[in-house]
Amino acid sequence: MTTIDAAAVRRVTERVRERALAEGLLDIGYATMDTPIGRLLVASTRLGLVRIGFEDEGEEPLVELSARVSPRILESPARVDEARRQLERYFSRGLRRFDLPLDWRLVGAFGRRVLRRVARVPYGNVESYGDVAVDVGHPRAARAVGNAVGANPMPIVVPCHRVVRAGGALGGYGGGLPRKRFLLELEGALPTNPEAARSG
Amino acid sequence: MHATRVTAGALPPFQWLLDEHAGAVLRFLVSQVGTAEADDCFQETMLAALRAYPRLEHGANLRGWLLTIARRKAVDSFRTAARRPASLDGATGDIAAAEPAAPDTELWESVERLPAKQRLSVGLRFAEDRPYDEIARTLSISQDAARRNVHEGIKKLRRQMR
Repeated sequence: MTTIDAAAVRRVTERVRERALAEGLLDIGYATMDTPIGRLLVASTRLGLVRIGFEDEGEEPLVELSARVSPRILESPARVDEARRQLERYFSRGLRRFDLPLDWRLVGAFGRRVLRRVARVPYGNVESYGDVAVDVGHPRAARAVGNAVGANPMPIVVPCHRVVRAGGALGGYGGGLPRKRFLLELEGALPTNPEAARSG
Repeated sequence: MHATRVTAGALPPFQWLLDEHAGAVLRFLVSQVGTAEADDCFQETMLAALRAYPRLEHGANLRGWLLTIARRKAVDSFRTAARRPASLDGATGDIAAAEPAAPDTELWESVERLPAKQRLSVGLRFAEDRPYDEIARTLSISQDAARRNVHEGIKKLRRQMR
């Protein structure tokens, strides 16, 4: 079965995308981008960045957004343009601090307190789950803090990779440990390899 | 974590509706209003769908839902065109792009001249290859009425083509 000209379909759907954005019908716009830690899904509401998904999460982040925020979701590079630009600069070591509006609606009250605290851990530094727990006023809640950090819907931009175990072990990461290690190495918080460590 | 597909009933991201059904909706509209008007009707259909989407109760038969909206927009377009008859000539356009109508431009132009219900039924049945029960649901008529509309439409077309 042949189809109507695929280019014609692309052209009309492109116009739908533009008009949806212009007429305020787009609740969530998203786009993907290739990075050194794989393809990332970047999604924003009108208020700001709402979700970053790792490649292995597949379609799950969009399904979750559809159920929890709104199904009015379209691919929209324009909506996430600034976020993607800053992420690109971060990965090329040209940006140390993200300056993006964030939409926290996927995060509960406790999680927000934890992640806002995490967002203040400076580039290239690490802190322990326990430190964060003390700072948010729940010194014995390191595990709950760990869960909140693990549920971070905006990894990289909210730098949960900078939270590690007290003993120096990396701890967990929603995107998998190799990615956490990569990000910390990128920021110079870990020696990249034995040779770099020797020469440095 | 394993890959998740939408469970029955949940609304998928609207983008997926575009990915899966834009071609079908566009083909249907081309069969109904011609290429020239189909683009605008497509915009109106998808924006209306996007506007109403969060209020939809379940995600079953989304293609049928989109075609229902497309049908309404096609009817609107005909009403508008009827008020300015001069533009009707321009509205027929090049419907050769409509699959599977490819060589049958003349036939599909005749389809466009059928009464609304017959035109829609014939379009859904042959341009979209939809079964009668779906045509019935899309047009809010009985299956018998859907069959009758297709039958009468075809009969009329045969007469015209002689």
